Parts: sequence; structure tokens; C-alpha cells
Amino acid sequence: MTDEHSQVSDEFAESITRTEELAYELRIHEVMTENVHCLPPDIKLEEALDIFQKERFSGAPVIANGDLVGLISIEDLIRALRAGNLDVNVSEYMTTKLVTVREYDPVVEALKTFARTKFGRLPVLDKQGKLVGIITKGDISNGLLTALQRDYHAEELIRYRASHLFEDIVSHRTSLILRYEIRKGDFIHGGNASSNIKRALLRLGATPQIARRCGIAVYEAEMNLIIHTDHGGTLRVEVEPHKITMEAYDDGPGIEDVEQAMKPGYSTATNEIREMGFGAGMGLVNIKRCVDEMRLISSRDRGTNLYMIMYLEDKDNNLNTVN
Amino acid sequence: MKLTEIVDLINGELLTQENEYKKDITGAMGADLMSDVLASIKPEAALLTGLCNPQVVRTALIADIRTIIFVRGKNPDRETIRIANEEEIPLITTNLGMFEACGILHQAGLLSYELPANDDCA
Repeated sequence: MTDEHSQVSDEFAESITRTEELAYELRIHEVMTENVHCLPPDIKLEEALDIFQKERFSGAPVIANGDLVGLISIEDLIRALRAGNLDVNVSEYMTTKLVTVREYDPVVEALKTFARTKFGRLPVLDKQGKLVGIITKGDISNGLLTALQRDYHAEELIRYRASHLFEDIVSHRTSLILRYEIRKGDFIHGGNASSNIKRALLRLGATPQIARRCGIAVYEAEMNLIIHTDHGGTLRVEVEPHKITMEAYDDGPGIEDVEQAMKPGYSTATNEIREMGFGAGMGLVNIKRCVDEMRLISSRDRGTNLYMIMYLEDKDNNLNTVN
Repeated sequence: MKLTEIVDLINGELLTQENEYKKDITGAMGADLMSDVLASIKPEAALLTGLCNPQVVRTALIADIRTIIFVRGKNPDRETIRIANEEEIPLITTNLGMFEACGILHQAGLLSYELPANDDCA
């Protein structure tokens, strides 16, 4: 990479698209054409033309004693045709000033070389300098498209595997437990755990509605841990085929009046927290509306335990009946 | 309504990277309290808000919000934009106030995607 690229500013880096990223991630050998048809230097152009026509080639490397000695393209053949000179050897018309790329270089190197040289195809060499393939702009487009598609399928595959988890593992009671430590005052990451929980539930085959409702409940609980606790707390989610149990617990200070805390609009949050869009006294109310069952246990000496349960009794919602 | 139409209508600016957002937006809600948003917004809505922190994007993610429109010329910090790019939630900023932006979009055909608070949140 050149200096100009090692000094990419953060602003610039943010504007880089996935395709551009892939141009750096993908290696030339991943997108090049292997097993290229090579020609010897001592066959006649006439014969080369027949091969090009039959195989629909637009260019081919020329190999002598296992070494790359040139590249013959359809343009070279046209030059020879114009001159009425097809009865000479390939070596007479081939390009010998070769620009090559290495198999383990990133695809972006090939793109740069294409831009610099105007060549339509570049021979790809291994470490020993032996020809291992040919790369064209078409190969790069195809490679990038395939990689983008692979990105997309990767998420689908994860979802597929996860949603079969409960079918594949046999026990009297299978459950998956997710734990997240939430730090007090960590507004920057506030909601991160909940986003991950929602994503996990979707991957496990929960319906979007169930995942959304659990997400909202657990997000309110997460923000409560950030805002109201002495030292933060823990989010614990137990996923079973028929039920999702979410738990938020901390070690203090505890809620003085649980009944009052459950009233819509009641809040002990500071103005600062309200300015961040929270502390409207709706958190616990929201949670209660989103889940099937909610229990809040709190005392001044033991802190607060909030249980939120979502039942997946409905056959369509059951995690192990997901197609 | 396409995202680009929304940007044009409210004379806004797209802050996140330009992706091809194929999903249409048919409704919106305006609010500054995230708990209100979580309680009342229907899925797939646009959210108009004067609140400008990473929590807005996380709220959007949890509540299946399709796009966030910051009113009164608010600009989120880079961390917020980074999360939005990562989660593919387009961010738009407009100099219009909340009332005007909501009015224009409503008149242009966006429905109210705000549920009464006593409804089920699903």
C-alpha cells in the first residue's frame, strides 16, 4: 500500500463502501481465472487464430519451457491480419513487455495496474514467478459480486444454523443462556446488549414481533441498569424453545417503593438523563406491556431483580418449529 | 415514499453512506423521549427527533425504525453515524423544526405511525 493510503482519515474511512473494502480484502488468486489455456511461442498465428475463434479467447499467455514469455491478444492477431502476415510464429507478434501481478496481492493492486497500463488482462504469478492464472476486469467484477453475495448468505446461514439449535440437541430441557455485564453510566454503549439480544433471538428463529417486544423490554431494563444502579448490573437471557426469560439484576441501591415505581410517569431520573431522552417514568410500564409476565423484586439491602418472561406457546412462535 | 423523496421534501441531508434503500417508508412519528418512541412507534416507521445521541440509533434498531430524521439542524456525533452505518439505518438531518418537518411529510402522504399508549406494543 502506498503512503497516500496508509494515511486514510477517519472521515474518509467512514465513506468507504463494502465493495471498496472487499477490493482490499479479496486476494487476486480468489478471483482470477485458473487453468488458463497457454500457447507455445513457435506455433503459427493462423493456428492461434483458429484456437481463439473456437475457444472464444481474447488473449492467451505464451509459455516456453514452463516460463511465461509473452502474451498474445486478439488485438495482436488483428494487427497481423491487417498486415496479411498470419504465417509467422506467435512470438513475432506477442507482447513481451509484460506487466504482471502476484497471486496474493489484494485485488485493488490489479485495479490500479489496469488503470495505469490500459491492459485488458494481467498474468498472475506465484512467488517463484510461475504463471498461475490470468485476471481481467470481468474477473474482478464477478469476484466482488460473489463476495457480496457470500456476505449476505453468511447471515442467512448463521440464522439457519442457530434456529436448528434446539432441534439438534436432545435433552430433557435445553436452554441457551446469554449474559451481559452493564456498567453504570455507560451511555455510549447503552442499548448495545439489547441490540445483541434482539439479533440473537432473530437468529434463533424468533418472529420479528417477538424479537421486537423482547428487545424493547430488555432495552428499557438495560437503560435502568445504566441510569439507576450503584455499580451497574447484569442482563441474563435464558432462551428455551417455548419461553424466553430475561432478567436484569443489580446490587443496589434498590427501589424504595416498588408500587410507586410502577406508576406511569413516576421517575427519579435527573434532568441530565431526561435530556438524553430517558427517565420519563415509562420504562417499567413499557416493559410490562411488552412481556407476558413481569416481576420486580427489590429491597434496600439486596438491590433489584427484574424478571421478564415471554411465552412462545403459540405454535407459530415456538423456536423449534421454525422451518 | 422513497428515502430520497423524504430528503428532498424536507430539504435535508443524508448523513450516512448512500446505500440503495429499497424499502419504502409509509409512516412516521415525532418524539424526543426514547421511552415514548419504544412505547408507541409502529414498526418500519421514520422517526423525527431532536434528540441526537447513539441511543436514538439503538432505539431505532430495537423498534424496527427504518430511518431517523434529526430536526432543527441537529448533527449527531461520529459514533452515532458509525453505528447507523453499521446497522444500515439511514440518518437525515434537516434545518426545519419538528412541527414543520412533520407537517410537510404528513401532507406528502406519510401516515402517523404512533400508537396510542394503551395499545399492545407489538
